[in-house]
Amino acid sequence: MLEFKNVSFKYDIDNYNMLENLSFHIKKGEFVSVIGPSGCGKSTIFRLICKLLDRQSGEIIVNGKPIDGRKGYCGYMPQKDLLFPWRTVGENLKLPMQIQKILAKEQMTQKMKSTLEKVGLSGLENKKPSELSGGMRQRAAFARTLLTGSDLLLLDEPFSALDFLTRISMQEWLLEQWEREHKTVLFITHDVEEALFLSGRVLVIEDLPIKKLISFDVPCDYPRNRESLTKPEIITLREQLISMLRREIKA
Amino acid sequence: MNKMKNNNLPALIFTFALLIIWQFGAMKVDAAYILPTPIQILKRLWELREPLFTAHLPATMTCTGIGLLISILLGVALAIIMDISPLAEKTLYPVMIASQTIPTTALAPLFVMWFGYTIWSKVLVTVLITFFPIAVTLFDGLRSAKNDMIDLMRTFGAGKREIFFKLKLPAALPHFFSAMKMAVPMSIIGAAIGEWLGAQAGLGYFSRRMMTQLDGAGVFAPIVVLSIIAMVIVGIISYIERKMITWRGDL
Repeated sequence: MLEFKNVSFKYDIDNYNMLENLSFHIKKGEFVSVIGPSGCGKSTIFRLICKLLDRQSGEIIVNGKPIDGRKGYCGYMPQKDLLFPWRTVGENLKLPMQIQKILAKEQMTQKMKSTLEKVGLSGLENKKPSELSGGMRQRAAFARTLLTGSDLLLLDEPFSALDFLTRISMQEWLLEQWEREHKTVLFITHDVEEALFLSGRVLVIEDLPIKKLISFDVPCDYPRNRESLTKPEIITLREQLISMLRREIKA
Repeated sequence: MNKMKNNNLPALIFTFALLIIWQFGAMKVDAAYILPTPIQILKRLWELREPLFTAHLPATMTCTGIGLLISILLGVALAIIMDISPLAEKTLYPVMIASQTIPTTALAPLFVMWFGYTIWSKVLVTVLITFFPIAVTLFDGLRSAKNDMIDLMRTFGAGKREIFFKLKLPAALPHFFSAMKMAVPMSIIGAAIGEWLGAQAGLGYFSRRMMTQLDGAGVFAPIVVLSIIAMVIVGIISYIERKMITWRGDL
């Protein structure tokens, strides 16, 4: 589904490489988390995938084809919901479709309504974003990401600004969405527990420049619930990941 | 609505108190040719209603209207050009700022020499002092769209055109209203200054003529008319703004 082949990248202002010959592969339908301390380049990987940054060398392949010159192959959900305050919730959801200009107006409205229903916000299309709670806004932003129509979803710490209880219920909600939609999800977080609860595989960024991502399979089947996190093998993995990340911060 | 009345009450009481102080102060000085009382001014306004409202007000409003229209077109065009092209910004912005240090009122007699007593010398003064706040405020408004939002639009596949119309323009709308609220009074002042310096009709011209006749109340009467008109227009703009912009500060 998504493949990095020897990708290198450097910011203009830096004199070192951020990514150096990085290669990894994510299969269709996987839920993979990328973890690492803040400032380690997690978001850089995302920005390269959605072409907000240009790589120096290497190839990024989505769905078997290089991303160059393509549009709409991935749906990006940023940390902040970034709903436009002058648009209603429904109009915000239509935005990606309006830009793609593939569907007719009635079809857009229909799709927008059915997606709102899926994410549990049915009937709220005429509300302003400011009338929604933080969790509802993130759901709306997720719905907007779904409406890009792409099978690869890039979620960049989407729940990190939410309070703890909202966050854990949003995590459960996200798993339901993923199990139903059969999308491939790449999820950035700095929260080890969040990564373990959500993903089938965790990729750890070890150090700079990023030369490889260390992959850990999460030893737990879906569907999961909160108790899955208390299984001994999960706890062992959690401690292992935490000590890895702490070592990186000290270094 | 009720709340708004309460908000305006302190200002109204204060204004009224000032008027009373003025009234008694002017009565004590007793020199109506230089310091008329508010009541004398209102009386004179009533006596002069015929020439003021049928001849001079239309002349001033024509000049204000044409000047304001040109200023809006020029200001909006400059803001958009500077937003699109960094070169234009580097070229125009400093020149625009510098142009504001030129004492326009001192140059106005020159405009009278160029254009004679026609409306265009007055329009030029109006435009010179009005286009600037429009251009600068709107330019800031176009810049107020967050980079995150621009990035999000780009991941949806939006081009420059769509980013401009779907993001930057709506984001700049509150700034446009602020600009208009500044520009309207300034355009009226500009027109009045122009007429003061050389005209055959208009409230500024009328005020000056009354001065040569040592008619203090006659000097004030047209100024009162101008102030009230400016306040009413700004009030109308604020009303439209409240109806249209329900999201100020949410961006």
